[in-house]
Amino acid sequence: MERGGRTVLDGLDFEIASGSITGLLGPSGCGKSTLMRAVVGVQDNVKGDLVVLGEPAGAADLRQRIGYVTQAASVYPDLTATENLRFFAAVVGADADAVARALRAVDLDARGDQLVRDMSGGQRSRVSLAVALLATPTLLVLDEPTVGLDPVLRVELWRLFRSLADDGVTLLVSSHVMDEAEHCDALLLMRDGALVADTTPERLKWETGCDTVESAFLEVVR
Amino acid sequence: MTPRVTLAVTARVLTQLRRDHRTLALLLVMPCLLMTLLAWIFADSDSGVFDRVAPGLLALFPFIVMFLVTSVTTLRERTSGTLERLLAMPMGRLDLILGYALAFGVVACAQAALAVALSVGALGLDIAGSVWLLGAIAVLDAVLGTALGLFVSAFARTEFQAVQFLPALVIPQMLLCGLLVARDQLPRALELVSDVLPLSYAVDAMTAVCRGDATWDIASDIGLVAAFVVGFVALGALTLRRRTP
Repeated sequence: MERGGRTVLDGLDFEIASGSITGLLGPSGCGKSTLMRAVVGVQDNVKGDLVVLGEPAGAADLRQRIGYVTQAASVYPDLTATENLRFFAAVVGADADAVARALRAVDLDARGDQLVRDMSGGQRSRVSLAVALLATPTLLVLDEPTVGLDPVLRVELWRLFRSLADDGVTLLVSSHVMDEAEHCDALLLMRDGALVADTTPERLKWETGCDTVESAFLEVVR
Repeated sequence: MTPRVTLAVTARVLTQLRRDHRTLALLLVMPCLLMTLLAWIFADSDSGVFDRVAPGLLALFPFIVMFLVTSVTTLRERTSGTLERLLAMPMGRLDLILGYALAFGVVACAQAALAVALSVGALGLDIAGSVWLLGAIAVLDAVLGTALGLFVSAFARTEFQAVQFLPALVIPQMLLCGLLVARDQLPRALELVSDVLPLSYAVDAMTAVCRGDATWDIASDIGLVAAFVVGFVALGALTLRRRTP
């Protein structure tokens, strides 16, 4: 995939298992977001074969089955959390209970009537995440969902991701915080638009002889 | 196209607008203030001048105001990431555009009702035709501004650029629409240009109602403006790209 004459992603070859959490890790600017946009089907100029849930990426009926959360909170700041969720629920055709359910899942049920612009950064990104949970997607693509969140909340969100995976949802989660990799079943490590490893947290640590994913990652990319 | 989704967009845009008291006040009050200013300018002139100029401006003000509001609002949706999110969802492109057009159409109705009522009432605009038709055309002109704004926002990356489309696309139409010089007295080349500009027909329709022309003559002007609206809405939907660089 190219942008402005520069190759952003090059020669990527990977598969992710359904019902698992795959972590997409790498330094910022390495192409994680671009890869996620390609999977969701909103990235232009993608060459090669990218099959998502058995269909070419971007196919119309995939839009019903994929939940996508961008890095910046993509919700309306001048609406309340509930109003945002009601609107997106109407778009995806989710039922009336879905709004309350999604708010509860991100621990914002007490803040439903607050305007998003009056919320903290972490709360905003949770509203944005709640939108993706409205339609119970088959594949959930989350671009840095825990950035800027406090440790307690991060642990809770990873617990939520795990329970979603246990229900059969496939998650692709990007992060540049390496310790989050411990929560994943599989890892894709990226650098400069290329895949440097397609592995699991245990195998990565075993192969490099490091005891944290962070030091293992540094070992691999050096 | 899904009516449920279209109406959800309309309801959302109206809720956002309701929260923004200042914009709402400007939308509703500004055309009235401008008409009042116009009447005042001609207060000491021959009484026929206001009657001659006012219908054109009654078409122009809602067009300009709605053009600006729409292009900036939709651009904001593009830059905030919500547009990308919506297009990654099962949302028809036409649903989004029509949802916006409907929401601003509702505002346009209120805006036109106030401006027309004030002009015909307190400002003493003399019209030979139907006031209701005058109001309906003012709404159509506002919707025309909305449709053009929706289309144009596709070509702007920033709000700065979007605002610059006003002198680029709207002022030439103002100069050529027959307000300054009657269209049939323009140099031939300019007359031909004015024949393909939507605002020309919007102003023609307004002027014809005030003159009390036969409804059939006005109908063709209204039909042309409506065709431009449909064209811009369709173009706006086409320029919404699901895949972006």
